[in-house]
Amino acid sequence: MALLEIRNLHVTVENKPILKGIDLAIDKGEVHAIMGPNGAGKSTLSYVIAGRDGYEVTDGQILFDGRDLHELEPDERACAGLFLAFQYPVEIPGVTNTTFLKTALNSLRKSRGEGELDAMQFLKFVREKAKPLGIGDDMLKRAVNVGFSGGEKKRNEILQLAVLEPMLAVLDETDSGLDIDALKIVAEGVNMLRGPDNATLLITHYQRLLDYIVPDRVHVLADGRIVKSGGKELALELEAKGYAQFSGAEAA
Amino acid sequence: MAKEMIRDFSLAAGFEEAASQLPGSDVAWLDALRAQGIAAIRTHGLPTRRVEAWRYTNLNALAKAGLTPAGSDVELAAVPEGAALAVDGACRIVLVNGRLRRDLSDLDRLPDGVAAEGLAESLRRSPANLEGLIVPAPRGRDGVLAALNDAFMDDGVVLKIEAGASIETPIHLVSIGVPVAGQAIAFHPRNVVVAGAGSHATLVESHIGAGDGSYFSNGLTDVTVGKGATLTHAKLQDEGAAAFHVALIRAKIADDAVYDSFVLQRGGELARHETHASIEGGGAECRLNGAYLGAGGQHVDNTTVIDHKAPGSRSSEVFKGVLAGHARGVFQGRIVVHRDAQQTNGHQLNKTLLLSRAAEMDSKPELVIYADDVKCSHGATVGELSEMEMFYLRTRGIDEPTARDMLVSAFLSEAVSELRDEGLAAAFAERIAGWVDARHEGRKEQAA
Repeated sequence: MALLEIRNLHVTVENKPILKGIDLAIDKGEVHAIMGPNGAGKSTLSYVIAGRDGYEVTDGQILFDGRDLHELEPDERACAGLFLAFQYPVEIPGVTNTTFLKTALNSLRKSRGEGELDAMQFLKFVREKAKPLGIGDDMLKRAVNVGFSGGEKKRNEILQLAVLEPMLAVLDETDSGLDIDALKIVAEGVNMLRGPDNATLLITHYQRLLDYIVPDRVHVLADGRIVKSGGKELALELEAKGYAQFSGAEAA
Repeated sequence: MAKEMIRDFSLAAGFEEAASQLPGSDVAWLDALRAQGIAAIRTHGLPTRRVEAWRYTNLNALAKAGLTPAGSDVELAAVPEGAALAVDGACRIVLVNGRLRRDLSDLDRLPDGVAAEGLAESLRRSPANLEGLIVPAPRGRDGVLAALNDAFMDDGVVLKIEAGASIETPIHLVSIGVPVAGQAIAFHPRNVVVAGAGSHATLVESHIGAGDGSYFSNGLTDVTVGKGATLTHAKLQDEGAAAFHVALIRAKIADDAVYDSFVLQRGGELARHETHASIEGGGAECRLNGAYLGAGGQHVDNTTVIDHKAPGSRSSEVFKGVLAGHARGVFQGRIVVHRDAQQTNGHQLNKTLLLSRAAEMDSKPELVIYADDVKCSHGATVGELSEMEMFYLRTRGIDEPTARDMLVSAFLSEAVSELRDEGLAAAFAERIAGWVDARHEGRKEQAA
């Protein structure tokens, strides 16, 4: 059984159909990439997987590890092993990064019947995870994403990924706004976490990220449908020819 | 149509009967002050919402409460545990129903450089020392509650910080309202605080209730901050659930002095904390900050007036509040920059978070500027929790109630961080966390 199985998914936002019948299956150990032009529905797909309000599933279903996600709240999805790295990480003034990460990790541990980490245990744990991402104590002490540069925000998303160790990570345009050095750090972070028991769904506009995180499958999303699937070479083809062939006027 | 005034007010009717029991009845200037106070009440009545300064705070419930003056026979053996703000190493002065309780106070171990005594005692012993420090209420309809204090004041604290003294020990004034069964008692503590030139001191007030009954605390505090002095003045208002709390603080700030205040309001059924700060010397700094928490049917009002009368002075205000249930909040912030107060720097911010659709906030900034070389700004926002912030926290496994609590605490932390004293900031943060936790527990019970 696939870890994530999306069947005939139709989603409307404010009564406007955005996803018009998506089918997708991702097995454990795999990395899939969804590429597509702006407005194709890429972010809608990531939000509907994570369970954001206002994204209405009108038909089809999303099965995660055998469970229908429709019945689960966003926090229950996270506890079940799902993670979304945001395209635009949210700033939360007044909540320190450490408090945020600790509360999140302990929520997950509690849901799995594991004991909570105390402040000292957590600090040791988070420092180990933060170091390879170039995140120092200063960034851990600051308010979540407040005053962070674009690159810092994306690295902070990967830190959350590393701390929460989900079964499925959905990375929504994690490459956008990153210079090449930051992109490498982020990609290394993701690659380090790859394993036989988890999977990654990369959502991206550009092929560039896929040089560093090599996907098993590439899907092209255009106008709310997956219009083509293939191996990693499909990404190179898209880079060369653009998206025009799939969406008419909407050139890449 | 709303009436201009509320005339039939039980307290005013009983003044003559009560007057003979009040301290200082043989002191001519005080007698005149009391007479002027009761005349103002009888002329104007309690202010209704037609009076601009009271437009958002309705005193009908107070008028109808059938108030009677508090008696002196209160049985209270100790300060209720954990009710007052946790201030480390403070020297306590305790008022019960407005009257000084020496037996509960630490008056015998005041730090050097601090003199404190009860107002009633002071009026008996040396009333001449208080003339000029007991200033009459402002005339007119706005000042009626202060006039009520003028008429009925019978005790309070007179606190003096010696010039040049640096006082490490915080002075903690604890005012406890003890309701009397079957009555709605009223008391009117009058405090005088004089911080001598060049002194440094911290005054903390806790206003708490011991019991669920109704009572009315109508305090007035006159503060003088001398040249180059720094006075930190922090207050917790956590009165009983059925209490009315009205407090007016009038602060006079001299050259290069700093008046640094903070108030957390979270108790009472109807509460108003009002500060009138008069910046009378150049280079002075006035900081009025606060936080307010309302739930159920609570009404919480913060009103400030800052008069910049001298050049080169600064004022700043940050008030942040959270309202749940059908609570109502009010913020009125008036900044007046007088003609000679050039190079004034004034900043005011009021932000409110509404946690329910039935909660309501009225925010009224008011800048009146007569000088031409000034920097003044103000901002007011009223909003809900951010959907995106909630979603972000929840995608990390944090459940909805916990995520809400985190965001509420984070919102309020901006106001608390205005406190320069870390110990006080921690003490207030704890009281805010207590409120947030209590609401969390309440929701869990409702859900069960």
